Amino acid sequence: MVKQKYSGLLISLCAVLAGLIVGGIVMLVFGYAPLQNYGNLFNGAFGDIYSIGETLRGAAPLMLTGLGFSIASRAGFFNIGGSGQYLVGWFGSIAFALKFSFLPGWLLIIGSLVVGALLGGIWSWIAGFLRAYFGTSEVITTIMLNYISLYFVNFAVKQWFAAKGADASSNIAAKASLRTPLLEKSTDNSTFNWGFFIALILIILMWVYMTKTKSGFEINSVGLNPQACKYAGINTKKTIMIAMLLSGVLAGLAGCVDGLGNYQNISVSNSLPNIGFDGMAVALLANEHPIGIIFASILFSGLQIGGLSISVYSTTPTEIVDIVIASIIFFVGIRYLFERLLGSMFAKKGVNN
Amino acid sequence: MGTTMILMTVFSTTLIYAAPLIFTAIGGAFSEHSGIINVGLEGIMIVGAFSATVFNLAFVSVFGSATPWLSLLVGGVVGIVFTLLHAVATITLRANHIISGTVLNLLAPALCVFLTRIFYHGNGQTPIIDQSIGNFTFPWLTKIPLLGAILFTKTSLVAYLAVIVGGASWYLLYKTNIGLRLRSVGENPAAADTLGINVNWYRYLGVLISGLLGGIGGAVMSQSITLNFSVSTISGQGFMSLAAMIFGKWHPMGATGAAIFFGLAQSLPIVSGYIPGLKNINDVWFQIAPYVITIVVLVIFLGKAVAPAADGVNYIKSEK
Repeated sequence: MVKQKYSGLLISLCAVLAGLIVGGIVMLVFGYAPLQNYGNLFNGAFGDIYSIGETLRGAAPLMLTGLGFSIASRAGFFNIGGSGQYLVGWFGSIAFALKFSFLPGWLLIIGSLVVGALLGGIWSWIAGFLRAYFGTSEVITTIMLNYISLYFVNFAVKQWFAAKGADASSNIAAKASLRTPLLEKSTDNSTFNWGFFIALILIILMWVYMTKTKSGFEINSVGLNPQACKYAGINTKKTIMIAMLLSGVLAGLAGCVDGLGNYQNISVSNSLPNIGFDGMAVALLANEHPIGIIFASILFSGLQIGGLSISVYSTTPTEIVDIVIASIIFFVGIRYLFERLLGSMFAKKGVNN
Repeated sequence: MGTTMILMTVFSTTLIYAAPLIFTAIGGAFSEHSGIINVGLEGIMIVGAFSATVFNLAFVSVFGSATPWLSLLVGGVVGIVFTLLHAVATITLRANHIISGTVLNLLAPALCVFLTRIFYHGNGQTPIIDQSIGNFTFPWLTKIPLLGAILFTKTSLVAYLAVIVGGASWYLLYKTNIGLRLRSVGENPAAADTLGINVNWYRYLGVLISGLLGGIGGAVMSQSITLNFSVSTISGQGFMSLAAMIFGKWHPMGATGAAIFFGLAQSLPIVSGYIPGLKNINDVWFQIAPYVITIVVLVIFLGKAVAPAADGVNYIKSEK
């Protein structure tokens, strides 16, 4: 039984290793030095206290979008609208922080977080509602909602928040920011902020919710067997909508954390932020396990932050990091192959014993 | 501007923007009819747009004005190679179709910008191509009164080709043995298997055709609209094609029609300045219209199972 419990972890580790190897091969083919680059990447991500601060800061929104994806997935739904929900959450939090800047700091931050989270939640709830009452595929609706939010947020930023001809709003007041001198100083002036702790708290809260409450149990059950749930008297429509709402709330919070903690304003995006898809990648790599999500987020954030220093020390394009990330997800996707390979390894051991 | 001129402008702009969507949406229909969901169309278009641009820049001195047309083929072939990843993952290695499709979307921009930086001295975008696909005026048809001016003057030849491909695809999918078999493995793979139809073979065929057409679609984008390649060359067109395919109820001609309609929605912000009544509407409403319409259409088609029955279901042969 130990094997069952750890085979998921083993597959994820294999996928990470295989992804790094693919990245290494690509670098070799184009004449770059993989070991040196991976060394720089590691130093850039975890080499000193400043890098660690940056990596943890980047991990926070990934933890939240990853957690959001996994909640919907537990109920049997593919919420690939994380990017759109993140975008409306980001927009909501900055809009609130700018419009209500007269409020005291603590109220301003809480208000901004709530508004952003709710917008993200409503955005995803639309897909849940259409799925529950009309059977509309949430994969398609969340993709469509992604683009609607992209164009609408761009329009709203330009129309209502940016100065004429500018592409970004003004910065929020310092009291609305999630950054704090305490965390900045202790990490050598990095952008490390309260966002990471907000994400950690939510991971614990969602773990309790999913394992210890009736509603969480219903979400899991609907994911496992919706017909049986209906028969057992669980309101599946309501459960679907709760799962999608929570999923969007978390992705929206990711937008708040990035907006209030990192960017401090909102700007026009040329394309959908990758974070929704990266969060999905985090959840898949973590096998939707809460602790796994923490580590997977730190890994992906480390790859992205460390990737920046690859191009500082060599001519290797930083996009190599995105190739590695995509490859890791590819290998997670074809876990069947690993299961077969590992399975035959375990089987052989069994025979030897 | 006279009414004829306005109509001509609207019509040709619509077709120019519709052409990439038509090819890609038809490609998506092939994949889904064989039972493999393909949300990776965006990634396939990116690869097609990139490879077509690189080929055009490298071989324009050899092929001259034929280069952009050859580039479309190159985009299609590279699209096939790239899509092979999706086919192997979903058909042979039983991966989840949405995950595998998302991998295509994540991998394509990373890989193409990586290569762009290597090929073009660290720049994130390619130079502008010299030879592109421009306007085309049909030689005799323009003489038709009124319609000749609107439909056949300074228009997009490649869009007309796309419509022909749509018709041919309808014939292939619904009127030939290959098409019927391809659709059967997407409806009921177990039954098809008992009849001796090689399920995996037809699924590979369906997915790879989507790679060919998606690659061509992306190439059309870079060869006739953006005229270079950068990370923003393809920004949502793949997903819009997916929407067009669904809006068109998985039918090649339906997908073609929906793609033309979305092309119109995309062209309206550009031509609305000339049209009385549309001048004061903000562009954002035209931009989000295709996506809203797709959701509404999906909701209205409630209960009618239009997607192939086994779409997204991995076929695992009984091991006993």
